[in-house]
Amino acid sequence: MDDTPPYPPIEPTSFDLIVIGTGLPQSVIAAAASSAGKSVLHLDNNSFYGGHFSSLNLEEFSSFLTSQSSISSSQPNPPPSAAAAAAAADAVDHVALDLRTRPMYSDVEITSHCSDLLEHSRKYNLDVSGPRVLFCADAVVNLMLKSGASEYLEFKGIDASFVCDADGQFSTVPDSRAAIFKDRTLSLTEKNQLMRFFKLVQGHLAASDEAENDANGRISEEDLESPFVEFLNKMRLPPKIKSYRSHRPFLSYIVLYAIAMADYDQDEIEVCKDKLNTKNGIDRLALYHSSVGRFTNAPGALIYPIYGQGELPQAFCRRAAVKGCLYVLRMPVIALLMEKESGHCKGVRLASGQDIFCQKLLVDPSFVLSVPVAPSQLDCLPESPQVINQVDAKQKVVRGVCIMKNSLKPDVTNFVFVYPPRSLYPEQVMVIRAIQIGSNLAVCPSGMFVLYLSTLCNDATQGKELLQAAIKSLFTLPVSGIPENSSSVDSENMEEVKPTLLWSALYTQELATGSYESINSTSMPDGNLNYNVLLDATVKLFHQMYPQEELFPETTSPENFEDDDALSP
Amino acid sequence: MHGRPRKAPKPEDTAASAAKAEKLRALQSQLLHNHHNRIYTKEALEISAKLLEANPESYTAWNYRKLAVEHNLKQSESDPDSVKSILSEELKVVLIQVENSLKHNFKSYGAWHHRQWILSKGHSSVDHELQLLDRFQKADSRNFHAWNYRRFVAALKGISDEEELKYTTKLIEANFSNYSAWHNRSVLLSRLLQNKVKGSFPKEKVLVEEFEFVHQALFTDPDDQSGWFYHLWLLDQTVKSETPLLVSSWPAHGSDIIISADGCLDGCAFSPFTSFISDAGTFPLILYFNEVVEGVSSSTVTVKSMFNVNKDLIWEPLATSNSCAAQAWVTHLNVPDGKLHPSTAYPIDVHLGNPQGIVSSNGSHCSHSSQFAFTVAVHPLNSEHAEKQGGKEMILWRDVNFRFYDAHIQESSLIVYFDLLSIEKDHEPAASKWHARILANEITLVRQLLSEIDCKIGKLTLARLLTAHDAMMPYMASHSHKKVHFAEVLQLYGDLIELDPMHHQYYKEALSMTLFQQHLRVTSNVENLLKHCCHHRVSSSSSVSNSTCLRLNNLSLSRIGCVKHLLWVQMLDLSRNELRSIDGLEALQLLSLLNLSHNKLSSFTALQPLRLLKLLKVLDISYNEIGAHPIDTRRYLCSSPLSHTVGSDWNFNEFVPEDAKVTNYWESFAIFRGLNLTQLDIVGNAVTDEKFKSFLFKVLPTLKWLDGEELH
Repeated sequence: MDDTPPYPPIEPTSFDLIVIGTGLPQSVIAAAASSAGKSVLHLDNNSFYGGHFSSLNLEEFSSFLTSQSSISSSQPNPPPSAAAAAAAADAVDHVALDLRTRPMYSDVEITSHCSDLLEHSRKYNLDVSGPRVLFCADAVVNLMLKSGASEYLEFKGIDASFVCDADGQFSTVPDSRAAIFKDRTLSLTEKNQLMRFFKLVQGHLAASDEAENDANGRISEEDLESPFVEFLNKMRLPPKIKSYRSHRPFLSYIVLYAIAMADYDQDEIEVCKDKLNTKNGIDRLALYHSSVGRFTNAPGALIYPIYGQGELPQAFCRRAAVKGCLYVLRMPVIALLMEKESGHCKGVRLASGQDIFCQKLLVDPSFVLSVPVAPSQLDCLPESPQVINQVDAKQKVVRGVCIMKNSLKPDVTNFVFVYPPRSLYPEQVMVIRAIQIGSNLAVCPSGMFVLYLSTLCNDATQGKELLQAAIKSLFTLPVSGIPENSSSVDSENMEEVKPTLLWSALYTQELATGSYESINSTSMPDGNLNYNVLLDATVKLFHQMYPQEELFPETTSPENFEDDDALSP
Repeated sequence: MHGRPRKAPKPEDTAASAAKAEKLRALQSQLLHNHHNRIYTKEALEISAKLLEANPESYTAWNYRKLAVEHNLKQSESDPDSVKSILSEELKVVLIQVENSLKHNFKSYGAWHHRQWILSKGHSSVDHELQLLDRFQKADSRNFHAWNYRRFVAALKGISDEEELKYTTKLIEANFSNYSAWHNRSVLLSRLLQNKVKGSFPKEKVLVEEFEFVHQALFTDPDDQSGWFYHLWLLDQTVKSETPLLVSSWPAHGSDIIISADGCLDGCAFSPFTSFISDAGTFPLILYFNEVVEGVSSSTVTVKSMFNVNKDLIWEPLATSNSCAAQAWVTHLNVPDGKLHPSTAYPIDVHLGNPQGIVSSNGSHCSHSSQFAFTVAVHPLNSEHAEKQGGKEMILWRDVNFRFYDAHIQESSLIVYFDLLSIEKDHEPAASKWHARILANEITLVRQLLSEIDCKIGKLTLARLLTAHDAMMPYMASHSHKKVHFAEVLQLYGDLIELDPMHHQYYKEALSMTLFQQHLRVTSNVENLLKHCCHHRVSSSSSVSNSTCLRLNNLSLSRIGCVKHLLWVQMLDLSRNELRSIDGLEALQLLSLLNLSHNKLSSFTALQPLRLLKLLKVLDISYNEIGAHPIDTRRYLCSSPLSHTVGSDWNFNEFVPEDAKVTNYWESFAIFRGLNLTQLDIVGNAVTDEKFKSFLFKVLPTLKWLDGEELH
């Protein structure tokens, strides 16, 4: 945005909906609104699609994070031009309020131990919102199939799922019947217990599906309301881990943190903010189990888009474009036009100085409105919010991206893993989620691997410490000064030596949730592995905005629905 | 395809299939026309292709195509190039056709066979076949046609068994509920074990690994039966000896047989196991193997005795079917001439000198040259007692006719005999150690599983394991393992009968086998057996005991077991049991008095084993269910009255009353014809009426008593 490109004027000048930012939620709504016959203008001040959900090359990734971080926040957004101010003065019925972006990232630490990495910068597609994967039975998968967005992207199955410990040891997650059968680290009795538990859950789900109120096979209401961890205990899946460095994770650990994907230590009532009850736990298991085997060419429950998660918002954008949505990238919006009488937003002012009007507006949560100083303007906007969204100031998510030459686990390329609570040190209450993606998913040059990590935290420093502990357990950290030679040391003792960390980025991201007001806004990427929570909020928002409209009415022929080949290569 | 629920056809489906049938009929008549007129033109072949596409089950069409291929091949015999091109072109068309029909119908026998036939001509690439198979096995990994075909292709391509074994591992790991994959594994492993490929297949190691592999399946999902079936196969591999073994004989090793021509053995210290009354001048020599074998003959078994020339001995298999294989074999030796050397014991030596010639049903050769010896003495003729010879008085099976053995007197001789009973010595002491270890480990694991979960097949497996363990005890040197589990096994089968009433008959038979073992088991303590051995007196007043009777009455037995311990029996009481079959009794060649009353025998066919008991004189089959069941499921095992091999020397019609129900008469005729019964009790069966009785008189001219009435 250093040198302002010449902006061509946009025709028409009035739309049903203007969407600012091409993140996944905005793209879904843009596509849905276009499919519903609305005229939509979709703007992004970046030169790429996806915003906080994009996948970027190495250089873009660094510059995006730094440009959006608090360090660079001192750098002011381009001040409203005189022309804009003049236009605002001209308007009789509305005022222009400056729209600025606020920093969504902080404490961005980018370290490179390998100078020639940047040479291949363009071969990387790093997810800004990583680690993220999709469950085969995820709502977003269904939505892609339903909307036709699945035509624009391909997926590959994630090969495996592990639980990791402080020594960097991986234990497989026996997440299916076949996996339990294969896993020789489980004792025979444990196999029996775990499979019986899965069967119990399946029986419960099958019985719940049936219309009759047949209590047979169902888990009692009382149990459903009880904490999931207690239910697991009741089902004889051994609960507590005695020492935090147990040789192998206990069954309940696997179920809680690697399958039901709980974030907080479920055994510590005081610190556990999100105590999973049995009902939710079982819903999560159900998602996992219905994902296994949904697509014949995906080996497990999880899939990942080729070229990175940024393909998802792009696919919806392409869908929207097919339905008539107008796209303008590299187009900052400098101000919102607010109706004086009602305080409703009725349009935007672009960096080009052009005013575009709309019925509804949807923005990215990183925008803030500058409160005008002049009291006369304040009068007419009694409840004008300073910030468009309430930021959940307390909770943040710390994310990490690492690049290395060797896989963390020699025989697997693409895998998900988790550090359960207390696996790294006794005070650890939060789960770390991580995925490693290799070059066969086109996210890095061949022979390289990308690792994503994340954890939720209240305190950014603690969160970072936790991620750093994880990174320490996984990598040989290069001695500063002689980074180039480290790889030759590896080759002498390949088996025992952990991969060398070549490049890493650690950053804290604000968790902002969307809202439905006069100006609608979407959510920031959350701390989950999949998009389900985010998508729920997005679907809800769409229905609030357009209560009459169906989200992607069935246009594709029914046989295309759930077509295996359409989804995966 | 598995997992497709059946649905009632909708009306439109019915209409569609009617239309299809119409089309098929037209194609069919065209095809038959071409077929009969041997028209093999391109157009004619296309018609057959169309027909097969619609109905891959049309065998005529497949055969027609085969003939067409053969025909076209013959036509261009002179030109090898055109042969090849015609052939490959033709094969290509057929292959596409086959592939198409396979797509529509996975389970078309004709299509798979045709494909196999084409490939076996050897002109087409086999590589394509594996890809095809991968596709089919992905779509339905349990399709046994695909698996059969896979074995064929693997053999054709020369893929090693080890390679194929890895493939089964892969499929089992993907989903272990796959009978076909487990089965193929057992096929491959038996071959590998038999060939002992590269010596890298020590049986013990392979079995331990396989057990470990299948445990993963059993514990992960005990409700899935496929793993259990494989486990059963493994157990069988563990327990059964690799080669056939001689396990028992009569006379037993080291025994001193006393033979009497007149049936009186008073005055000499005889044992019920070693005395024998012979009126034919011969006595039987019985060999009993651990499995069905072929090839017992004078060239494989050498009998050294003063009164017989080995090569004159004729060995007969004791099998009810007309096969030349049996578990028990018999020959008849001449009785030593008593007049020459009264009361002298003549040694007889039996040696399996050429064990290689004795072959089990799975083709393994007997490798152990067993040897045993016994002596025969002849009791001198005693005219005083001639009157008391059997057959002069009617035999009664009432309790008062029996007297228990006096344990103090008889025990010693019984013990001696029992130590001799079993031929099986520690043939493979090293091997039996790991056998026992595997069994003990399996028992522990299944117990562990049962402590987690209640599971029928687990209980059944435990019962089988314990039985196998007990059966192995004689092999074991260490006494620490000598704990028997009869009570537990009985309890398990009892539980199963209650838990799974649908299969109660199956459990009952297994239970019965256990009961036999329990009652006849060979231990240092013979009290068990003594309880069942009685003196039989012809009349309650008589103090003279003619014979020793083994009484196994009233024990809920439903099947004969433990035959190897019964070879000595001459008088057997199996009354008041639940026997439905008496298979196994054919080995009891000394048997002359048999009580089967109050059992559940439902047809004469069930009595087939009696035909092999040449010495049988007294038979009680009263109060069974013969003739009560209109449909006898065993009937087809019996040779038909129309067969030329049976009964050709007898004119059946001569015996049968004109208005009789032929089946019952035929069956009883087929069973009783040629038997020398003197006493028969048949009352209390649905079949018996006056006509039938008079029929029996004719069939059994030697009969003296029928249903307790003396005949004149």
